[in-house]
Amino acid sequence: MKLSKILMLTAAILPLFLFVFPMWSISLQAPQYPTPLQINIFINHLEGENEGDIQNFDLMNHYVGMRKLPVEMVEFDIFPIVVIAMSIMGIIFAFIGKKNLFLAWFIIMAILGTAGIYDFYLWLYDYGHNLDPRAAIQLLDAYQPPVFGTKQILNFTVRSYPSLGSILLGIGIILAPTAFYIEKKKEKE
Amino acid sequence: MKTLIKLFILFAAAGFLVILTSCGQNGKNSKSGALTSNAAERVFVPPGEHDEFYAFISGGFSGQLAIYGLPSGRLFKIIPVFALDGEKAYGFNEETKPMLQTSYGFVPWDDAHHPDLSQTNGEIDGRWCFINANNTPRIARISLKTFETEEIIEIPNSAGNHSSSFVTENSEYVIAGTRFSVPIPQKDISIDEYKGNFKATLSFIKIDPKDGKMDIAFQILMPGFDYDLTHPGRGKSHGWMFFTTYNTEEANTLLEVNASQNDKDFIAAINWKKAEEYIKAGKFKKMRTKYAHNEYDENTHTATSTMRKEVKILDASVLPGLVYFLPTPKSPHGCDVDPSGEYIVGAGKLAASLTVHSFTKMLKAIEDKKFDGEAYGIPILNFDAINAGTVVQPGLGPLHTEFDDKGYAYTSFFISSEVVKWQLGTWKVIDRKPTYYSVGHVMIPGGNSRKPFGKYLVALNKITKDRFLPTGPEVCQSAQLYDITGDKMELLLDFPTIGEPHYAAAAPASLIAPNSQKIYRLEDNKHPYATKSERETKVVRKGKEVHIYMTTIRSHFAPDNIEGIKVGDKVYFHVTNLEQDYDVPHGIAMIGANTSELLIMPGQTETFVWEPKQVGVWPFYCTDFCSALHQEMQGYVRVSPRGSNTPLKWSLDGE
Repeated sequence: MKLSKILMLTAAILPLFLFVFPMWSISLQAPQYPTPLQINIFINHLEGENEGDIQNFDLMNHYVGMRKLPVEMVEFDIFPIVVIAMSIMGIIFAFIGKKNLFLAWFIIMAILGTAGIYDFYLWLYDYGHNLDPRAAIQLLDAYQPPVFGTKQILNFTVRSYPSLGSILLGIGIILAPTAFYIEKKKEKE
Repeated sequence: MKTLIKLFILFAAAGFLVILTSCGQNGKNSKSGALTSNAAERVFVPPGEHDEFYAFISGGFSGQLAIYGLPSGRLFKIIPVFALDGEKAYGFNEETKPMLQTSYGFVPWDDAHHPDLSQTNGEIDGRWCFINANNTPRIARISLKTFETEEIIEIPNSAGNHSSSFVTENSEYVIAGTRFSVPIPQKDISIDEYKGNFKATLSFIKIDPKDGKMDIAFQILMPGFDYDLTHPGRGKSHGWMFFTTYNTEEANTLLEVNASQNDKDFIAAINWKKAEEYIKAGKFKKMRTKYAHNEYDENTHTATSTMRKEVKILDASVLPGLVYFLPTPKSPHGCDVDPSGEYIVGAGKLAASLTVHSFTKMLKAIEDKKFDGEAYGIPILNFDAINAGTVVQPGLGPLHTEFDDKGYAYTSFFISSEVVKWQLGTWKVIDRKPTYYSVGHVMIPGGNSRKPFGKYLVALNKITKDRFLPTGPEVCQSAQLYDITGDKMELLLDFPTIGEPHYAAAAPASLIAPNSQKIYRLEDNKHPYATKSERETKVVRKGKEVHIYMTTIRSHFAPDNIEGIKVGDKVYFHVTNLEQDYDVPHGIAMIGANTSELLIMPGQTETFVWEPKQVGVWPFYCTDFCSALHQEMQGYVRVSPRGSNTPLKWSLDGE
């Protein structure tokens, strides 16, 4: 099998790891929480790093009037379908082996990835701004966790970073154009 | 005038001398000052860091068990065992009341003496701590995962449960003995008929290796002496148990004189492997009796008490090879076995010397039948045939001996108030250090095992006098920490303890800390009145009984407004703490309730009873500072007159 095909095949398979590893992690650390509370965002559900973390996240958030973390979301239904579809598409493209298809797959993935992160931002914005007006603590600023990076919110240091699932997905997305360039270079030669 | 000057010079010279000598003393003091600062470093555990050892120190007449860190001497927790504890609602809430049940009814107090830790292959395994109740004979088992009392078993046919609770080297048994012989079974006879009629039992309580559950396997019926202390054999002497006795005179009055007449009392050597054979061979008698067995279930958070009716008795007087008496001078108290299992140290508390018996010699003497008569059918071994050696005049009033891992023994001396270090085999005294004051037991971590951790020795004192700030006629109890790594012992620290510290046991923190439970999982909560979410909260009336299914979470009760309670109702508050976060307990207390607060750990359910006597609206609140909005964690119950028809209703935030 040609190197470019192997790369494209790998690129198409890597997103499937989103079903095993989380996409994103948000953690809260405070003096009273030497072991941070951490939520791992999976493609189809949320999970606490340690047992009880989701409930404890909600408990911290309820003081400022945030809603409870969702058990069900439209995204949890759509994302898995999109990922599986893209993965199957990538595998087919890999076997066809046309370089332009590699590039096409990359472009679609890049658009979908950007859309996914934008959706995540919108959700965080809504989550951080749509607060219960009766909350015990009224904030001057919105309580919005960052999409990417570290931010101090009240007594908590909030860290939001991509996890292994997204990192593997990212590698997959980069592998596709690499396959494209290898093919393109070959054709020139 | 000249004489005056001479006199003056003389005085001046004398004064100078005094200054010189006091300077010398100052020099000495500053030397010990330097040592003290060094000692401070060695016991200092910086903020946020952890101690090297857990020490479980008995609470004596408080009935409880206290946990300290070594080397810092910091108190971490007092585990209620045999006495009521309002702080933790132990014995007050409905769940733990059965723990204090006995065949005599509810006994809310006792005198806890000798903690001992479970072992596997002669080494401490960090699973359970056992401790005895001296007054109303009981043995308790404490989980070293939850640090709660999980089980209490009453010991029938016993009184003065002092030679207890010592664990054999594979935790086969925890052993309990009788200090105050009594008629067995109890009957109405004259106290003067003590001799020959009063008996003692030595109880062998089987420990289930899986969950630690206790069951009295058999009792050995013994002559009516006072069985004072005991330790198990280990290594080569595994399968034997050694008990010191006093009052072999069998006196029943003014024992301080009448029980001190015999030149030698005994150490009773019990061959419990032989006892097991006799049990197998059916050589026991079943005796009708009555004793409580109380168990706390970790999943229902509830204790149950069941009354048991029968024990198996082996009569030492008629079963050969079961018990031998080792003559030991002068009312021996401590009975300690060295880590190899060869030496049995008997501390004759009225003797000037320490007697050490040899296990090997003892077996040989039994084989060669070197007996000096018998007592109630039990052979008395010849003293010279079993004696390994004598530590000659090491101090006054020897009580207890512990061992390090280098072949040294450490004996406490009550009367001369000191700890004496001596060498096994040579019987030579190596060092002595004063204690402040009148030491009872000493403890080396891992002491009652094949593998002691010979780094520290803790002296458990009976008297403190001027050692701490005075607090009226009743002053604090204390322990003292010595470094025993060098040839000479060094006193590092005095620390106050709850009273009275008798014996203690300690283990490396690394053996216990990783297993310490953080929360109770709500999912595993099988309490019959558990409420696992706010949606399920309710109030149910059953005649005059009202059951409130309540929850707590930061920072409110659900429900927090309750109406329809009437004067004369018996109101059960079943409160479930919905938290699943480490170190977030909630408390609850009701105005005028004739009981304690509840202190409920995350995921746990506890119950208190309130019997309102007056019409009105009565508040309850959270007693444990749970969050920034802890003060807001409060609620009201409306109490209406008996015949009224106020409807039963409950709510949180109007819902």
